[in-house]
Amino acid sequence: MISVLFFAQLREQLQCEKLSVELPADSSVTGLREKLVEHHPTWLEFLASDKLLFSVNQTLVKASHTIQDGDEVAFFPPVTGG
Amino acid sequence: MIVIQPNDFDVGEEYQTLVAGDTAAGAVVTFVGRVRDLNLGRDVLGLHLEHYPGMTEKSLQAIVDEAQSRWKILRWKIIHRIGDFHLGDNIVFVGVSSAHREDAFHAAEFIMDYLKTHAPFWKKELTKAGSVWVESQAKDMRAAKRWE
Repeated sequence: MISVLFFAQLREQLQCEKLSVELPADSSVTGLREKLVEHHPTWLEFLASDKLLFSVNQTLVKASHTIQDGDEVAFFPPVTGG
Repeated sequence: MIVIQPNDFDVGEEYQTLVAGDTAAGAVVTFVGRVRDLNLGRDVLGLHLEHYPGMTEKSLQAIVDEAQSRWKILRWKIIHRIGDFHLGDNIVFVGVSSAHREDAFHAAEFIMDYLKTHAPFWKKELTKAGSVWVESQAKDMRAAKRWE
């Protein structure tokens, strides 16, 4: 089981903060994104943004990064702290 | 030390903690980021700031580790506030001490440039026209790129 988190405007757009999903072995972040859109077609326009950042286990990764069972994956817009 | 908290901080106290009992520290740089009244032409009334608990601390520690590999830092502290803010409120504190000013200046600037582009914080501005999520800016990415 993978736990998936969304932050900031993405969380508001999807109206979802957190969910759990089963993924086939060796799926990438891109694969997870496709799976999410399959379940929630209206999420496509928000998850397709090429500006989105992804983290796996709280470290920024590229979309090609492979996800392991038990990982915590987060999708979020570019950061604006400071 | 990394502190994420809703409460304000006292720059004077933080300075004292950075230097207390350390006569090797010939230089201390402190930076404070505050809520500005005008951002990209928008009249700002206040803002809300959220973060990704856990990843925030991890990414800030990685930024400090990188700074320590580049410059000789004696003591350091990062405080980032979260929650609701009014105009003029403090948002972030970065303090660095070192033997010489070059290390302290560079390390503090590096930490801020990377914090702004790599640490998972997001600002939502409250304006007269409603609330707006702040967009990341190219100038911040350029500032961080300088250190590559």
